[in-house]
Amino acid sequence: MIELVSQSRCIECNLCVKVCPTNVFDEVEGGAPVIARQSACQTCFMCEVYCPVDALYVAPEAETSVEVNEDRLIDLGLLGSYREAVGWGPGRTPGAAKVDASEYMQEKIRKTLH
Amino acid sequence: MSEISSNLKLGAEPLDLTADVLVIGGGPAGTWAAWSAASKGARVVLADKGYCGSSGATAPSGVGVWYVEPNPEERAKAKSSREALGGFLADHGWMDRVLDQTYENVAHLAQWGYPFPTNERGEQVRRGLQGPEYMKIMRKIVKQAGVRILDHSPALELLLDFDGTVAGAAGVQRQDDRPWSVKAGAVVIATGGCAFLSKALGTNVLTGDGGLMAAEVGGEMSGMEFSNAYSLAPAFSSVTKSAYYNWASFTYEDGRIIEGAGSQRGRSVIARTLLTQPVFCRLDKADEETQVWMRKGQANFFLPFDRAGINPFTDRFPVTMRLEGTVRGTGGIRIADTTCATTAPGLYAAGDAATRELICGGLTGGGSHNAAWAISSGYWAGGGAADYALALGDKAHSRRLRGAGRAGLRPSGAGFETAEVVRAVQSEVSPYDKNLFRTEQGLSDSLTQLNGLWRAVQGRPDSATTAEGALQARQAAAMVATARWMYASARVRTETRGMHKRIDHPGQSPELQYRLLSGGLDTVWVKPDPTSVAAPSSKETVAS
Ligand SMILES: Cc1cc2nc3c(=O)[nH]c(=O)nc-3n(C[C@H](O)[C@H](O)[C@H](O)COP(=O)(O)OP(=O)(O)OC[C@H]3O[C@@H](n4cnc5c(N)ncnc54)[C@H](O)[C@@H]3O)c2cc1C
Ligand code: SF4
Ligand code: SF4
Repeated sequence: MIELVSQSRCIECNLCVKVCPTNVFDEVEGGAPVIARQSACQTCFMCEVYCPVDALYVAPEAETSVEVNEDRLIDLGLLGSYREAVGWGPGRTPGAAKVDASEYMQEKIRKTLH
Repeated sequence: MSEISSNLKLGAEPLDLTADVLVIGGGPAGTWAAWSAASKGARVVLADKGYCGSSGATAPSGVGVWYVEPNPEERAKAKSSREALGGFLADHGWMDRVLDQTYENVAHLAQWGYPFPTNERGEQVRRGLQGPEYMKIMRKIVKQAGVRILDHSPALELLLDFDGTVAGAAGVQRQDDRPWSVKAGAVVIATGGCAFLSKALGTNVLTGDGGLMAAEVGGEMSGMEFSNAYSLAPAFSSVTKSAYYNWASFTYEDGRIIEGAGSQRGRSVIARTLLTQPVFCRLDKADEETQVWMRKGQANFFLPFDRAGINPFTDRFPVTMRLEGTVRGTGGIRIADTTCATTAPGLYAAGDAATRELICGGLTGGGSHNAAWAISSGYWAGGGAADYALALGDKAHSRRLRGAGRAGLRPSGAGFETAEVVRAVQSEVSPYDKNLFRTEQGLSDSLTQLNGLWRAVQGRPDSATTAEGALQARQAAAMVATARWMYASARVRTETRGMHKRIDHPGQSPELQYRLLSGGLDTVWVKPDPTSVAAPSSKETVAS
C-alpha cells in the first residue's frame, strides 16, 4: 500500500492524484497531495512510476499498512527504484527495450513454460 | 438531460456531451476501440473509471501477446497448442482473424515508437508488451486521434432511446463529484473482467460493471463458468505474476516438499494445501543465467521481494493464490457477430468484458490470448460502432433517452450496506473450496446466498450521496450479478472442462462440448450456444 508522500521531494505536480486508478490521493491547495483513502490502494505501483521526483513509496504489503522511514528507504535505494526499473526518467532507456530477447533465452523460456 | 443528474444530488453541475461513439473503459481494448473508431472519422469520447494509461489489468503489469508470424506452419501450431487445454470450445475462424489482426496492430505499435527489444540478428521481438510503456503510448495515440478522454469517470448505466436501442451512457466524475452523460450513436463496453476486489495486480477497478450494464439492455453472457482464474503471489503481496513459479519448489512450513505442487498443472495441490495450512516457495530451480534473464524480463515480479528484503532464489516465502475471476478467465459478454456487436442494438463489447472462448475456449493457459483478443476485438468493436453510428447520422442525437440502470442505482431508498455486500459476495467467490473445487451442493448453496444478495441490492442506498458512494454501490451490484451468472453456468456444466472443475463430475463429457450462454437479472438463465459445435437445440435452464 501507498505509505509515503515525501514532503521534502514533492513538487506538487499532482500527477499522482491524476494517475492513481483507484483515486487514493486528494489534491491540497499549496501543498503535497495527501493519502486520503489508503484502504482503496490496490498496490499497483503506478503512482511511483509517474512521480517525476521519486517522492512516493508503495510498500509491498497489499493487505496491511506498515510503518516506513524515509531516510531508511533512501539509504536502501528504494525511493524511485521501480521507476528506474521501468526505465522512465531523463537519460534512461525504457525497460521494455531491455528485455533479453536472444533466441537462446526464448528457447529456454519455451522449454520451461510449456 | 441526464437521468442520473436528476436522480443523484451531487456537488457540481452535470457534464453533458454528445459523440458518435462512446467507449467505456480505457485499457488496451478501450484504447484500440477508440483509435479504430476515430480512424473511421467518428467523434469519440472515452470514459474510464480510473486513468486511461495506468488503469486496468495490463497497465501495471506486462503481457505476453499471441503474436505469431504469418506462416502456415507456425499458425497451425499456435492454434492447436491450446485447443485441448481450452476444452475444444474455440473457433478456428476467430483464431485466424485474431492472429491476423493482432499481427497487423502490433506493427502499428512499432511504428508508434513502442521500444520492442531486438534479438542478436537485430530484429524486433514483438511477443511481449510492458504495461506502463504500452498504455502510455496508447493514451498518446488516442489523444492524437482526437478522442476526448474523461478520466476518473466511471459509467454507471447505459442510456436507451424509446425503441430500446443503446444511445449513450451516464456516470459520475469521482474527483469533481458531478454526474456526466454522453449521448452517442453507439457504445463500446471495454470495462475489463471481474476480479471481485481481490487486489490481484491492477484489478480493483474491475468489478464486472460492463456485464451488468449490458444485461440491463438485453445483452447476454457466454462462458461464465470459466471464471475461476487464481494466480500465485507472495502471500503479503498484490503481484500476481505467475510465470516464474515454474522455477519454484513448494514446501510445507516444516520444509517438506509438497508432492505434485506446481505452477501450472499442480496449482490445485497448492490450493488444497492452502485450505488448511500455509504454503512456502523458493525459486530454487533457476540457474544463475536464468536469474539474470528473469530480472530483465519482469521488473515488477521482483519488486515485492526487493522491498521486503527477500531473495526469492534462496529464501523461502509464503505464497497465496489470489482470485482473478474473469480477468484471466474467459467468460464475458456474448459476441454476436464479427464486428463484436452484442445482442443489444447499438452496443459493442471488447477485451476482457467480452467472452474470449472464441479463441481459447475455457482456459487462457499461460496468457497471451487475452492480450491479443483485447487488441483485435477492440479494433473491431470500435470500427463496428463507428460504422453503425455514422449510418445513424444526426438522428442519433435527437433521441429522447432514459437510464437503464437498476440494481445498486435506481430507485433510491435501498437499505443495503455496500461493504457488507462486497464481503458477502467475496465469501462466495474467493474460497478455493467453493470456486475452484466446485460441486452441485456448494454451487446451489452459494446461489441461494447470492440470490438473497441480489434482492438486497435493488436500488441505491441512501448513504450513497457522493459520486464515490454511488460508484461503490453500483460495483457491489455488478459483482453480485457476475457471481450469479458464474455459478448458474457452473452448475449446468456437469463436467470438468477448461478451468472449470467439478469435483462431483471429474471427467470431460463429449456431449457437453459446446459453449454456454447465460443472462437475466431477477431470474438467471443458462442455455447452450446454438452457434457452437455440437450444441443441442434449445434447452434452457432457469437457475434461480
Ligand atoms: C497480473 C496479470 C498478468 C497478466 N498477464 C497476461 C499475459 O501475459 N498475457 C495476456 O494475454 N493477458 C495477461 N493478462 C490479462 C490482460 O491483462 C487482460 O486481458 C487485458 O488487460 C484486457 O484488456 P481490457 O482493456 O479488456 O481490460 P483492462 O486492461 O482491465 O482495462 C479495463 C478498463 O476499464 C475501466 N473500467 C472498469 N469499469 C469501468 C466503468 N464502470 N466505467 C468506465 N471504465 C471502467 C478500468 O478502469 C480499466 O481501465 C494478465 C492479467 C493480470 C491481472
Ligand atoms: S507525483 Fe510526486 S511530485 Fe507530483 S504531486 Fe505526486 S508526489 Fe508530488
Ligand atoms: S499503488 Fe496504485 S492504487 Fe496505490 S496509491 Fe499508487 S497508484 Fe494508487
